[in-house]
Amino acid sequence: MHIVVCIKQVPDSAQIRVHPVTNTIMRQGVPTIINPYDLFALEAALELRDKFGGEVTVLTMGPPSAEDSLRKALTYGADRAVLLTDRFFAGADTLATTYALATAIRKIGETYGAPDIIFTGKQTIDGDTAQVGPGIAKRLGLLQLTYVAKIGALDLAGRTIEAERRSEGGVQILRTRLPCLISMLEATNEIRRGAMKDALRAARAPIVKWSAQDAGVEDISKCGLRGSPTIVKRVFAPSPRAEMAVLIDFAGRPPAEALIEDIFKRQPKLEAELAALARGF
Amino acid sequence: MSEPTKAAAPSGRAATKKELPEHFRGYKHVWVFVEQERGQVHTVSWELMGAGRKLADKLKVDLAAVVIGPDGEATRQAANEAFCYGADLVYVVADDLLTDYRNESYTKALTDVVNTYKPEILLLGATTLGRDLAGSVATTLLTGLTADCTALDVDADGSLAATRPTFGGSLMCTIYTLNYRPQMATVRPRVMQMPERLARDPGRIVVHPLGLIEDDIVTKVLSFLPDRESAKSNLAYADVVVAGGLGLGSPENFQLVRQLASVLGAEYGCSRPLVQKGWVTSDRQIGQTGKTIRPKLYIAAGISGAIQHRVGVEGADLIVAINTDKNAPIFDFAHVGIITDAIRLLPALTEAFRARLSPHSRDRIAS
Amino acid sequence: MIEERFDVIVVGAGMAGNACALTLAQRGLKVLQLERGEYSGSKNVQGAILYADMLEKLIPDFREDAPLERHLVEQRFWMMDDRAHVGLHYRSDDFNEERPNRYTIIRAQFDKWFSSKVREAGATVLCETTVTELAQDAYGKVIGVRTDRHDGEVHADVVVLAEGVNGLLGTRADLRARPKPDNVALAVKEMHFLPRETIEARFNLTGDEGTVIEAAGTISRGMTGMGFIYANKECVSLGIGCLVADFQKTGETPYGLLERFKQHPSVAPLIEGSEVKEYSAHLIPEGGYNAIPQLYGEGWVVVGDAAQLNNAIHREGSNLAMTSGRIAAEAIFQVKSRKDPMTAENLSLYKKMLDGSFVIKDLKKYKDMPQLLHIQSQNFFLTYPQLVSKAMQNFVRVDGTPKVDKEKTMLRSFVKARSWTGLFGDAFRFARAWR
Repeated sequence: MHIVVCIKQVPDSAQIRVHPVTNTIMRQGVPTIINPYDLFALEAALELRDKFGGEVTVLTMGPPSAEDSLRKALTYGADRAVLLTDRFFAGADTLATTYALATAIRKIGETYGAPDIIFTGKQTIDGDTAQVGPGIAKRLGLLQLTYVAKIGALDLAGRTIEAERRSEGGVQILRTRLPCLISMLEATNEIRRGAMKDALRAARAPIVKWSAQDAGVEDISKCGLRGSPTIVKRVFAPSPRAEMAVLIDFAGRPPAEALIEDIFKRQPKLEAELAALARGF
Repeated sequence: MSEPTKAAAPSGRAATKKELPEHFRGYKHVWVFVEQERGQVHTVSWELMGAGRKLADKLKVDLAAVVIGPDGEATRQAANEAFCYGADLVYVVADDLLTDYRNESYTKALTDVVNTYKPEILLLGATTLGRDLAGSVATTLLTGLTADCTALDVDADGSLAATRPTFGGSLMCTIYTLNYRPQMATVRPRVMQMPERLARDPGRIVVHPLGLIEDDIVTKVLSFLPDRESAKSNLAYADVVVAGGLGLGSPENFQLVRQLASVLGAEYGCSRPLVQKGWVTSDRQIGQTGKTIRPKLYIAAGISGAIQHRVGVEGADLIVAINTDKNAPIFDFAHVGIITDAIRLLPALTEAFRARLSPHSRDRIAS
Repeated sequence: MIEERFDVIVVGAGMAGNACALTLAQRGLKVLQLERGEYSGSKNVQGAILYADMLEKLIPDFREDAPLERHLVEQRFWMMDDRAHVGLHYRSDDFNEERPNRYTIIRAQFDKWFSSKVREAGATVLCETTVTELAQDAYGKVIGVRTDRHDGEVHADVVVLAEGVNGLLGTRADLRARPKPDNVALAVKEMHFLPRETIEARFNLTGDEGTVIEAAGTISRGMTGMGFIYANKECVSLGIGCLVADFQKTGETPYGLLERFKQHPSVAPLIEGSEVKEYSAHLIPEGGYNAIPQLYGEGWVVVGDAAQLNNAIHREGSNLAMTSGRIAAEAIFQVKSRKDPMTAENLSLYKKMLDGSFVIKDLKKYKDMPQLLHIQSQNFFLTYPQLVSKAMQNFVRVDGTPKVDKEKTMLRSFVKARSWTGLFGDAFRFARAWR
């Protein structure tokens, strides 16, 4: 089987800081990582490949530096990596992104064989929208299963797949037809460590690089900023509240008591409510 | 299904100015998707009705609810409830094929209704269902979708201004869908305040057919396994929440948070890094990508207070921050702060609360 | 074990490892470089100063695309007591030359760039791969390495140990002893974010000019140690470190020292209003010449911090590391070109070449310094700084005391503290160790 996994290289957002004076993002020195949610998708893809045979192709749309993430994905055991990079893609929102990715996936199908499953992570840590998976599915006319916690029976010949999908209050067991798109839930597996052989292969493997033209983009106006219905008009740091937190000076008194006094002074009803709860214990 | 065709916005330029193409000028009114699953309406739908009402009033247009579900009592009730939360009009697509949520059927139902009745704004809750549905609908309609918004407003020219955190939560940004319709946005549960429910008679309902047969829908639901009651956390709706962050230093110290929560009868939670490190399960995450909470009392121990956490707790009545770093951003929005080591203060607080709240000290409690 | 063989395996992708792997690859050898960190630089901590002269020998045109912070135009030495510092500054416009001599760098970014050059030269670089032990044959000859990846044993003609000061490979295989606590310092460092204009105003810099401050004195509370403050483009690196043996003896903590250092009246205004972006700690070899272990053996050589090649007196480490890595590569290349086996005898060429370079020559020059500073740490890091500070204040303060009396008081304070024998003895010992 052929599985395509879409990944994204993102700044390690836990380390992003806002400049203390100019209020702009300080990207300097912030390391980039593979979007952590994508790793669950990649591992799921690798497990299926190991079970049924075939290949895993990893695809990302990004700047040239996104090659780092693709190489990492190869180290984990992916068979092929494709970098979709072009200045025309810059500034893309999710609609423009899914247009580019869907086009590239079609091209991957033409070049390396039609994919049976497209995997994506649940969302990215920098965009957090979770829209790209469903968007790709719609553009490629694929069925989609999102929030998948576990993949069940896969019948390649019969072209069906079953999966457990997280829903409000429970889990749906769904069956759908291949090809389909699956976005994996987090914490559903753990990405493996590549064997030495895979790591060596990954270090040397050529990364396929496609421009918009290479990928077969027919309408460049659907890409990048031009193809984005949404635009960001304003970026700002939230203003601190009018009054900052009152810092408790517990000089002399035990801090715990001082804090509790302050809390109940501000919220007198709370004490009675909590006491009632405590009585219930 | 082939690539849907639709006229694009004025080509050749990035759409930074409002130049609404002719065929979108007739799109009017604010719609809210009312999410219903197994007979229950998700409360986020009503929260969105409150937000939608404000937008509709500003735009001087109607607020409509869209109810999609199985043919029957539950759907009818949901439609009626929508009027109590401010709907002027309710669209209903009721069909037994819609008993279980499936992407294909719900996407068709919602896009059909949108294409027929043309709203200018469509809001959905950012739940597992909502996010599955919103992306498909926005792509089918080839329109803009802004996810996980923390604030919604309209500009003087009538454009929807959707604000959300960006750059992993370090800054906020305001996003517009100027030249495409409908302008779509999703909002997480508890971000918007629950509006008051007013007893109202049901009003005008427009029923729209689904137009599908079972064979048209490829995905089949084989079964549904409900979660165990005990496994559910009530974090999003708790009145008192205690949470811990990286300042706790180690996964073992998270016990201190749970102990304090237990004495207070509170729910416990954590900031995102702890989930990423595997110290705590993701259902306990508080923040933009976790749960939004609106408790009466929120105690944050060892949490720095990055924006993506802040937007998840801003609605709390009283925020108490414990941190060793006096420059931590959490002190910008907490109400009360104490500069000390949470690892030492938490056990002391636990004991102090236990003593203060115990039945034996009833005489000390103000009546 | 994988089938594929390499000419050389380099363990570590720090300054020494990268210099070695780059040179070997440039000479056409088949190199495998293994780094345990996520990327080259993720485990490396340094002030940091880059020495252009040494890097030019590896990458002559590095200035074109290497990530460099500021080029140094000024060097300040501070002798500090609790409230003051006596400084010796040298600043020259000569350093605003076309090819500046020293730069401040940020290791995480610099190492990544350096590593990309190693890859470009043709070496195979694997990160997130920890070498767990050396593979040895029945005679103890090193024939390769074992790693923590599945099927992770790889063989090569020679292994270069560039594993850093606390590297366990060499010690586990009994190739060298673990560094002693009085031969290693523990240093902690913070990066403080400030707007460019603020840094330039406070340190009196324009454009990309940079300055470094090396400080010693009561900041190390009588322990043998030093502090530093380096100006980068948009942040200030500062840190302090002392011998591990001293920390063990006094019970002081590195972070405690750093906090006091930051609060010192000479330091605090420089970082006022900054945002701390990063905190890191690292071990630094301090033993000097006398602590250098066996540098080569059957099938292996050791370079950089792992070989204790650090000039603590001048705070030069990365240039010695780079140079030792390069020289080791050259030696290996020569042995390989002669089609000779990588025996200890043949690899002794590395030591010969190193002895002839500034690396060993400088370390030899200062070989008695580390011990002198350690034994006399109270004098050098407490007594003298306090005396000098008081003397300077006395000298500078105008309070009607006749100058002759002032000088007498100053002299008396020195003699009282150390006695004439002590003063002359210190001067003599210091001069001898310096020589």
